[in-house]
Amino acid sequence: MAILEIKNVTKQFGGLTALNDVSFQVEEGEIRGLIGPNGAGKSTMFKNIAGFSIPTKGTIVYQGENIEGKKPHAIAEMGIVRTFQETTLFQELSVFENALVGSHIKGRTDVFSAILGLDKQKQKAAADKVRDVLEFMGLSERQNQLASELPLGSQRALALAIALVSEPKVMLMDEPFAGMNAEETNHMMDLTRKVQESGITVVLVEHDMKAVMGLCHYLTVLNFGQVLAHGTPEDVRNNEKVIEAYLGGTK
Amino acid sequence: MNNTSTLTVQNVVIGVILLAALLAVPHFLKLYHQDLLIYLTINVLAVCSYRLVTLTGEWSLIHAVMMGVGAYTASLLFIHFGLDMWFTLPLAGGVAALVAALLCFPLLRMTQFYFLIGSFAAGEAIRLTWIEFVGVFGGTGGLTGVEPPIFWGIDFIDPIPYYYLSLAIVSFSLFILYRIENSRVGLTLHAIHWKAALAESVGVDAWRYRALAFIVGSFFVGVAGALKVHYLGSVSPNQASIGFMVFILIWVIVGGYNKFYGPIIGVVVLTVFDESIRSFEVMRPAIYGIVLILSILFLPLGLESIPGKIKSWFGVGPAPQDPPLTDQ
Repeated sequence: MAILEIKNVTKQFGGLTALNDVSFQVEEGEIRGLIGPNGAGKSTMFKNIAGFSIPTKGTIVYQGENIEGKKPHAIAEMGIVRTFQETTLFQELSVFENALVGSHIKGRTDVFSAILGLDKQKQKAAADKVRDVLEFMGLSERQNQLASELPLGSQRALALAIALVSEPKVMLMDEPFAGMNAEETNHMMDLTRKVQESGITVVLVEHDMKAVMGLCHYLTVLNFGQVLAHGTPEDVRNNEKVIEAYLGGTK
Repeated sequence: MNNTSTLTVQNVVIGVILLAALLAVPHFLKLYHQDLLIYLTINVLAVCSYRLVTLTGEWSLIHAVMMGVGAYTASLLFIHFGLDMWFTLPLAGGVAALVAALLCFPLLRMTQFYFLIGSFAAGEAIRLTWIEFVGVFGGTGGLTGVEPPIFWGIDFIDPIPYYYLSLAIVSFSLFILYRIENSRVGLTLHAIHWKAALAESVGVDAWRYRALAFIVGSFFVGVAGALKVHYLGSVSPNQASIGFMVFILIWVIVGGYNKFYGPIIGVVVLTVFDESIRSFEVMRPAIYGIVLILSILFLPLGLESIPGKIKSWFGVGPAPQDPPLTDQ
């Protein structure tokens, strides 16, 4: 059964139509790629799913429930967590503290418990979870460093770790490979696979075709705000319309 | 943000010395300076509670007015119901918190500069209410006749007992503020400051935490306001003017807002400094202004960054970082 269904979503900014009647389904447990040329509407789609923007028309159904128009924190609580383009981290906090923020849903506490220290049990559980995820992401040795001191690859891994700590069911990754060298890309691909193998459905917006073709089970191609093609990486690679969109038409 | 135990021998020794100094200091002062010491102690609570509000990155201009809300609440409760300080203090905080909670709905729709202006406007509206509703709030003259409590046979109208009482209440409040900042709640507030969208993406309701910081900060400054009016005896709209608000800002910024103790250093050093140049009378505002400009130019992270700077000159410890120009 589809975990996430996008049904006829349209998003307009004034006269500009960023998404035009887009529909697709994401199956539970897969790595789904959302690709397309610049300006195709991929990031807008992500923002609409994660609640950072509200569709003009259409519905977004997650596990049988309509989520369009809900606030980002409410959607996160339901199990959909996004990562951001480039490196969006709490640069001034340590690696450990960054990941700890990710445990908000399970670790949050009220002011009185915080003052009286009644939440010790909960905070210990959250800290344990953080340590596990940092270990999983290979960041254990760096946990006391400031996030801003990390190399790019580790910063991206940390962004992933923050999302993972929140124990999502669906993870929306916005260009996790941008600006990475070959070695970092391979490492990130391994991490993404590990995330999927742990049972999390991954939706990936990405330009790096090597990574997309190597990782995704299924692709949705957007162009000018519309769905251009669906299919396995193999299908999409040989799709005439896709080739045309990427390389420019000859007609 | 980790709650590590800091109960080392060194810290205990420092704590004991500090406490002894705080307890001894009024005995070396003249009456006038004893009064000043009491107001300084209360202002410490004003700046520390303000820092809590700023943790989410939102700087308000209503904190001085919230202190006034506390002072007016305490005065009205004392004058009309004869409640003494033990009741007016928490109730003053509660009313300030309630006013803040109501103001959250319009004010927290704004952020950054708009929040700053919005909070100023809301504060002025409250101040004008005090001025215009003469029957209730006494107009520009304010309310008078508020008295300190008499307890255990001690009349707290004397400065030394009142200082000790203020010191105890302020210390307890600071302890609570410190606990909040160093808890999960504090971590979340910091996270919202640095990257609100990222915090929201993992389930943080940023609005609620901004509201929480604003409400809790207002509670404690309300307590500070009540503490002040019970010693001073009167409250007027003028005490909550933008002028006093600017002083709160200066104390926090000059002391350094990145550390819990920064604003405390700011208010103590600047108050002592201001007193020490009293003999220059006419030149006083100019000297004060120059010192402020110099300190912001050369110590953008505040006075609390001096020890770190000295250490880095001698090559022990990292150089302190300049503050980020934008928080995004």
